[in-house]
Amino acid sequence: MKTSIIHRVLSVLVILATLIVWQGCKPKAPDSVSIGDAASRVYVAPGKYDEFYNFVSGGFNGQMSVYGIPSGRLFKILPVFSVFPESGYGYSEETKPMLNTSHGYVPWDDLHHIALSTTKGEHDGRWAFGNANNTPRVARVGLKSFRTEEILEIPNSGGNHSSPFITENTEYLVAGTRFSVPMGNNKDVPISSYKENFKGSISFVKIDPQSGRMNIAFQLRTPGFNYDLSRAGKGPSHGWFFFSCYNTEQAYTLLEVNASQNDKDFIMAVNWKKAEEYIAQGKGKIEKAKYAHNVYDEKTHMATSTMEDEVTVLDVMELPDIVYFIPCPKSPHGCDVDPSGEYIVGSGKLAAMMPVFSFTKIQTAIANKDYEGDFGGIPVIKYESALHGEVKKPGLGPLHTEFDEKGNAYTSMFVSSEIVKWNVKTLEVLDRVPTYYSIGHLSVPGGPTSKPHGKYVIAYNKITKDRYLPTGPELTQSAQLYDISGDKMRLLLDFPTVGEPHYAEALPASLISANSTKLYKIEENENPYAAKGEGQARVERKGNEVHVYMTAIRSHLTPDNIEGVRVGDDVYFHVTNLEQDWDVPHGFAIRGAINAEILIMPGETQTLKWKPLVAGVIPFYCTDFCSALHQEMSGYIRISPPGSSVPLKFSTGVIEGQASGAGQ
Amino acid sequence: MKPLKPISRFLIAVSALLMISAYFVPLWQILMWAPQYPEGLEMDIWINNITGDVKIISALNHYIGMKHIEVEMFPEFHYMIYIVGFLIVFGLLVALLNRRFLLWSFVSLLLVTGVAALVDFYLWGYDYGHNLDPTAAIVVPGMSYQPPLIGTKQLLNFTAFSGPDIGGWIFLVAALLSIGILIFEIKKNKSQA
Repeated sequence: MKTSIIHRVLSVLVILATLIVWQGCKPKAPDSVSIGDAASRVYVAPGKYDEFYNFVSGGFNGQMSVYGIPSGRLFKILPVFSVFPESGYGYSEETKPMLNTSHGYVPWDDLHHIALSTTKGEHDGRWAFGNANNTPRVARVGLKSFRTEEILEIPNSGGNHSSPFITENTEYLVAGTRFSVPMGNNKDVPISSYKENFKGSISFVKIDPQSGRMNIAFQLRTPGFNYDLSRAGKGPSHGWFFFSCYNTEQAYTLLEVNASQNDKDFIMAVNWKKAEEYIAQGKGKIEKAKYAHNVYDEKTHMATSTMEDEVTVLDVMELPDIVYFIPCPKSPHGCDVDPSGEYIVGSGKLAAMMPVFSFTKIQTAIANKDYEGDFGGIPVIKYESALHGEVKKPGLGPLHTEFDEKGNAYTSMFVSSEIVKWNVKTLEVLDRVPTYYSIGHLSVPGGPTSKPHGKYVIAYNKITKDRYLPTGPELTQSAQLYDISGDKMRLLLDFPTVGEPHYAEALPASLISANSTKLYKIEENENPYAAKGEGQARVERKGNEVHVYMTAIRSHLTPDNIEGVRVGDDVYFHVTNLEQDWDVPHGFAIRGAINAEILIMPGETQTLKWKPLVAGVIPFYCTDFCSALHQEMSGYIRISPPGSSVPLKFSTGVIEGQASGAGQ
Repeated sequence: MKPLKPISRFLIAVSALLMISAYFVPLWQILMWAPQYPEGLEMDIWINNITGDVKIISALNHYIGMKHIEVEMFPEFHYMIYIVGFLIVFGLLVALLNRRFLLWSFVSLLLVTGVAALVDFYLWGYDYGHNLDPTAAIVVPGMSYQPPLIGTKQLLNFTAFSGPDIGGWIFLVAALLSIGILIFEIKKNKSQA
């Protein structure tokens, strides 16, 4: 009897133990890794500089942002395609034309990709280019002033995604349409006539090597499907451009399913030297097209917008030898060329492996006409003939690839949320490291150039979740810095980003920092509304327009008393910052302004338009804390009713006789 | 017609009454983790319902062509309440009527029900993991996504776990108790004989 009780107790214990072991067997969530000396690796001591600039696209904020690497510190949000009330970009009279388009004034866009200018395939630190994904445009930012200097609208585009990738000497920048759309004279067609009427379009934008000025040299008219990403060839493949293409199913609805059916879509190889030959032979067709070209002049501190009216088009379905297709598995996204220019990596985002194509083999296949057929009359090269090899089981959801200087590639894996390091020649997977979470783009300093600097890879993640203190449903966006100097990648730092980062580029700080503009010389200011000294400060009336030529210097505005302005007038405050000292901007704001404030850099003139609606005395003031007496840097404008006979007058520091008060 | 020991009758009643918990707590759980879901996703199977992050799981699984999980997919939910009810009443009758052949029948019935439930779950899992929409966005050649019957399995970027939830454990304890009683009764009889 006793033994059976013991047995029973034992068996209950066994069951309990089993239960505990069972619960213990459940897999645990991944722990965050311990990172040793990471803190000292990313620490930039106070007053010291970062080693790299990182130019990061802002996605739906329409801007670029500038970070230091390895610290991850944010230096600047650089307004490009979206208005920026903090500086007055897109609000001041001088900058409004920058956002002009054929649709009128467009105050927002979606900036996805950055291209830093290169010479002989290497970063030269002159310009950063960005794309507007929504209302198709490209922008050029000067890396001396860190300002948007030019915006060019792209006609015949349904969304400028495969852009602004550049050739190795910044000869051309491309702008490929993500969405194919009807083109030509009849655009009012049924959506279901996609196959018949929809076309792709790839614009080649010529960059002036001196001024950086952009103009559309020619457009390729291409078969109707989606053009996703792109890279120029370099070294031996200079003269060629490669584009990833998806939706070769030519679906126009529920693309999630209908554009995911073909086992292979295409990488499109473009021989742009051949296209140049056709242009030289006059084979291009001039087509009517309306698009805005906006240029900011650093001397006048003003933008002008010009409406262009035609483009030259080369139809690749009619002109042979410009374009070839290479089959690439399952809706390729990234299409990246290695530093040697020989290998082209296609990242089929739904594929279980990654093909790497060989430029030499592509050339041989073209020479031997080693085609498996054609698409819309364009030869499709045999997959095996173009293939260098496949990276087997790289991870899930490959998106983008960057390169280091040692022959390694780093590919972002969205679905399996990791960076995978592999050898470009042997195609062997060498290392993998998790990202938190779901990485999109990634950046190695100099990664897309002929001469990568290596050292770090930065992940730009699509999901942040639990990595930072929560801030309601909308969480911070995030990047992560990994050390790639050794065999194993190591996570060093998480840092938050503004907007939604897509592509980014990093380059050594020394390429830019020494050339950075400190101020604008007042004597070179050619703004027609500049007041280049307090003696030139004045107020002029032209009908119902009142122009205030105002100066700002520590710590007063001239004039700071203005009378004789009436309700219904359009008042233009042209504020010139007379300072000629580093880091002394002034700001200007006035009560009730329905636009924004303006920030005025030393030596610059900016204009804020203001329409008074009620009579009274309205204060205005400097918004950028400039000096010990910044709080005193203010003034009044007296607004009288319409038809008032109060004379126009203005002054600074003039004490008039008063009925009462401290002034007497 | 051999009667049962009083302690056996009492414990059989306890076993039957424990099964009532099946109406109030989840019976089975499926847990999933992915790099993007470190907090995990959970699916709880009740006697007549399925709860938890079912919508999120379905939304994720549709990329690979798996069906949307709906309560209507499971006819079992219509009759499971009656099967469990029958088991409870049967157990109480065993205690009340005090017959050893009834205990035999009860334990056999429990075993058959348990095995049938697992087979049924396996078959559903097989169909759910293999019967994929051929037009799905992601088709990995040769890959199927049958969830594990019991235990842990890696499915693409997800680690999936399947096992009893609190109700399942109580049910298991009740079943083991009944089996134990039967063994006890058999041993007692042998030693008396």
